[in-house]
Amino acid sequence: MATTVTRPGGPGGPGGPGQGPGGGAGADIGAGADELTAASIAALVSDAPTPRPTLAKTFWAMMTREFRVLRRNAISTFTRSVMQPLLFVFVFAFVLPKIGGGMSVAGGGGGGGTNFATILVPGLMASMLLMQGIFGTTMPLVMEFSWQRTIEDRALAPVPIRMLAVQKILAGSIQSFIGACIVFPIVLFVHAAGQAPHVNVTNWALLLVILVFGATMTSSLGLLLGTLMDPRKMQMLFAVILLPITMLGCVYYPWSALHTIRWLQIVTLINPMVYMAEGLRAVLTPSLGHMPLWAVFLALIGGTVLFGYLGTRTFRNRVVN
Amino acid sequence: MTITTAQDSERGQSAAPVPAINTKDLRKTYKSARGDVEAVRGIDLDVPAGEFFGLLGPNGAGKSTTIGMLTTLVRPTGGAAMVAGHDVVRDPVGVKRRIGVVTQNNTLDMQLTVAENLEFRSRFFGLSAREASRRAAQLIDAFGLGDRRKAMASDLSGGQARRLLIARALVHKPDVLFLDEPTAALDPQTRVNLWNILRVLHEQGQTVLLTTHYMEEAEELCDRVAVVDHGRVLAEGTVGELKENAGAVTIVTVRFEEQIQADFPERAGVTAMPGVTSAEISGDQLKVFSREPEGLLGELVALGAREGLHVRDAATQAPSLETVFLTLTGREYRE
Repeated sequence: MATTVTRPGGPGGPGGPGQGPGGGAGADIGAGADELTAASIAALVSDAPTPRPTLAKTFWAMMTREFRVLRRNAISTFTRSVMQPLLFVFVFAFVLPKIGGGMSVAGGGGGGGTNFATILVPGLMASMLLMQGIFGTTMPLVMEFSWQRTIEDRALAPVPIRMLAVQKILAGSIQSFIGACIVFPIVLFVHAAGQAPHVNVTNWALLLVILVFGATMTSSLGLLLGTLMDPRKMQMLFAVILLPITMLGCVYYPWSALHTIRWLQIVTLINPMVYMAEGLRAVLTPSLGHMPLWAVFLALIGGTVLFGYLGTRTFRNRVVN
Repeated sequence: MTITTAQDSERGQSAAPVPAINTKDLRKTYKSARGDVEAVRGIDLDVPAGEFFGLLGPNGAGKSTTIGMLTTLVRPTGGAAMVAGHDVVRDPVGVKRRIGVVTQNNTLDMQLTVAENLEFRSRFFGLSAREASRRAAQLIDAFGLGDRRKAMASDLSGGQARRLLIARALVHKPDVLFLDEPTAALDPQTRVNLWNILRVLHEQGQTVLLTTHYMEEAEELCDRVAVVDHGRVLAEGTVGELKENAGAVTIVTVRFEEQIQADFPERAGVTAMPGVTSAEISGDQLKVFSREPEGLLGELVALGAREGLHVRDAATQAPSLETVFLTLTGREYRE
């Protein structure tokens, strides 16, 4: 065979880092002096292994890819995420009590005042579920749907597009779940003397279930947002969605305490964060007033199904034009 | 020519003939608030296995939309398309199992290294971690990416990224390799080297569908070419057939020192010359399309001299895909 292919230049050649991936290419393919024979290219066809894809194998390979990326970015991802709850408990459960500004909240079901750290533990865990669920799903999607459409890398894998959407939800859920687990000891142990939160987990299985459903619901919401939002308007995500959801999501106060502002108590029922915070409140700080668990589960399961259905639908429409 | 699907091989059955690509009246209309856009208006293609087939046309001709439908990433709004024996609408997963795609954009996984891009793509297609690692190493060596093995995909140059995209499309021995403008934005040397890679793959029997807006690329690589514009196939055949049958003509261009009057071709008898199909005037430039170009240039110069026109320069363009396109569309080729 007469055809030859020129070998590219060495590491210091024009192909080095810093050149844009999609921009005009340097002459790197032909920069080197030696040549590859056509035989090595030809062998790629003749020696190719027989593919044996199944939906399960492909799905698992995609999850493995997510774990690889998560592991590579773990420190930056979780450091960034932990800062907000860490600073929050540091200021409200350590600094303010130390300087005489400690807060307490009258829970709807409780008789006396409850220290603020006790309110914060379930609230900040719920907040972490939401943040990680959204960031673990929405942000990668926004990048993948940007002008280069790197989503096509996965979209061309031999699985239905809806399964790819489900894989995105699962990957986001795992990140969300891990985030909540990381923040748990922080909000539990960072406090001033005498300001320890009164946490009493009577049912660990129930806690696990609520975390799993909460993580799944938030990553489903993340999928929906990631497929609906214009990448150029991402700052709107914080201002219009995350900030209101968090501030009005019963993170910093129990839902029952809103009975004095009845209209707000009713309006907040459309906020998915309320149910995660109240569900965690029910299993972590049961002495505080909280929503009944049936309402929590109804909302978490209903939210997961609704956001999951809408998210996979919009995802499919974005991937397949 | 026929191909045998992997499933047929696994079953050990004698395979029925299956064309690599077959489309019938394939259509795509994009709906928008500003009105519908008919990107593809009924394309019929029949590509046998082992063929290097080109879709040639300018930007916006409908090439990428066509390739998008064939690779299941664009939903057809009419007609039918089969790839490797699988319907692109009814069985998109079956299609995806049998194709490799080099997209026009750099769709490498930027969160992964060069080696990981290949390993995970192999695993998506059912290879074990060990097989995937071995396949990735083979591809990295063959495509000369050894010294960039651990580099992040986001750190590759355009040429390296393009090679990795092609390598990635080959991890699972696809029945059909789709290449959407694979050499766009590459410098000439890089382009020629990619052509060599593609030639070798074709020599090994790889079926390839290439879209390009480079005339010379189609001429260099393709067994057959379909010239596409405004969502329709204008002509189809080998490059030789197109030059011969699609009315391709030689174009003789003469530029004079003076402006030419619009009625010059008719008045001077240019359009009545044997073989001349048409003539165009543009300022000081006369462009004559002819099937019998011998001696035409001299005659045009002489006719110009009779009208008091002085020749500044002249050129003759032999029949090529470019002149085919010009003949078919009546317009300059636009990139």
